[in-house]
Amino acid sequence: MKKIYEKPVFIKLESGFMNKFGSSPYYARKIRKDIDGVSIDQLVSQFGSPLFVYSEATLRRRYREMFTAFNTRYPHVTFGWSYKTNYLQAICAIMHQEGSIAEVVSEMEYDKARRLGVEGKDIIFNGPFKSPFALQKALSEGAMVNLDHFDEIYDIERVADAWGKPVKIGIRLNMDTGIHPQWSRFGLNLDSGQAMDAVKRIASGGKIAINGLHCHIGTYILDPSAYAREVEKMVCFAYELEDQFGFKIEYLDIGGGFPSKSRLKGMYLPPEVAISPIDDYAERITDALYRHLRPGDFPRLFLESGRWLIDEAGYLITSVVATKRLPDGRRSYVADAGVNLLYTSYWYKYTIELDREIQGVNEPAVIYGPLCMNIDIIDEGSLLPPLDRGTRLIFSPVGAYNVTQWMQFIEYRPNVVLIGDAGQVDVIREKEDLNDIDQRERLPERLKFDTLDTSHAPTGAVR
Amino acid sequence: MNRLHQLAINDEGFVFDPTTGESFTTNPTGLTILQGLRAQKSPSQIVEDLCADFEVQPEDAERDINDFIDVLRTHKLI
Repeated sequence: MKKIYEKPVFIKLESGFMNKFGSSPYYARKIRKDIDGVSIDQLVSQFGSPLFVYSEATLRRRYREMFTAFNTRYPHVTFGWSYKTNYLQAICAIMHQEGSIAEVVSEMEYDKARRLGVEGKDIIFNGPFKSPFALQKALSEGAMVNLDHFDEIYDIERVADAWGKPVKIGIRLNMDTGIHPQWSRFGLNLDSGQAMDAVKRIASGGKIAINGLHCHIGTYILDPSAYAREVEKMVCFAYELEDQFGFKIEYLDIGGGFPSKSRLKGMYLPPEVAISPIDDYAERITDALYRHLRPGDFPRLFLESGRWLIDEAGYLITSVVATKRLPDGRRSYVADAGVNLLYTSYWYKYTIELDREIQGVNEPAVIYGPLCMNIDIIDEGSLLPPLDRGTRLIFSPVGAYNVTQWMQFIEYRPNVVLIGDAGQVDVIREKEDLNDIDQRERLPERLKFDTLDTSHAPTGAVR
Repeated sequence: MNRLHQLAINDEGFVFDPTTGESFTTNPTGLTILQGLRAQKSPSQIVEDLCADFEVQPEDAERDINDFIDVLRTHKLI
């Protein structure tokens, strides 16, 4: 009996050395047969593939680890859950159960938080666009609004005029903290004097009281000392406002940007090496507070971490639907999840685990998604053994941003499930069907047809 | 083909090049091709070997042998 044919491979062994992918051959041979004790087989047979899976236990553990890091070092700490990172109701509810308030950046997110039961006073409203209606609503419900730009001053003063009394707001700053790229498009620049100009304008109007400062220095910040510089500048500015204008700063909101164990493309070191423990960040931040705050002054410290809290709690299970050899010799696979679901794969290289042991030699492979687009690549260069059709790949960490930035393009978005502390599995977002796609469309009466009839279609040149 | 004769190859497909100290790995089909090349067989003879031992069409085997030889060239083994 003849043996099963497998295409010949000849691969140089480079284990033990750092390569440009920063990973060992074991990277590609990670096996995961379950998530929190629920087998991959069971998850896929019950809820289909592709499938997003969230671990409630991981989410709560991460929250408590981070909160403890800050709360044990500084007396007034509040987390604002960054809705844009993941605004599925179940995820937000877990964060609120843990004690987080809501941090939103749009009217839609604000409405989402309110509908979930979060009171206005427990919402931080950031973002570069807040419509006058949204501003009026948020301020009247007691939300903490952080002013993003000069034009918002006029909008907020109109609210104050309507109320006949001053409105309390925070202002958002941007600044040089020694990192690159410097995020400068949000808020008012501190270093150039732009922020102080805005404060002078606000003070002269007499309709707005500044009671908070906000800043978000960027995302995936690997240097904890950048936050120390941010805090130092914010505290000094707060006292300038107090001394010169009488504005008492009641809160410092230092934003988020703390990196998860995801791996940015182009990063040389593996995240386990490159990323500092959260305690290092907490230590630098609180140390800067104690060094610069005046004795007895402890403004509330808000943090808006998103990625750090949830990224590791999220997995995407996807299945190999086809195998192809590319003209350049590389092996490639077509999976049932693409950039439509893993939008962040443009920037991040995920850990890929297999649902089974597979014999065969590792080869660098390309994993394409199901989209009819050349750019639909969710992984390139990972060493994978020869995968059979039907093999399931588990991508992680994917908890941050993917289920908010995913797109509906030629495919339905899949089920999202949450594995609870007791191992129970709940669908927290149902797989879409055609009704979800069509329900907002309107087909004019004159364009309706029962069966396609092309006999009257014009022929020849297109006019 | 002299370089190929210098290689230490075991039955599991582990290949060691004592000249450079580099190691390689190959699979059973690759091993068949490698042993054929060391025995100075022609590509068409190796196609016959592959078709005798494995479930493969001659056309696919021939294509894969050519591809395999290209890979050996990139490692300066041919």
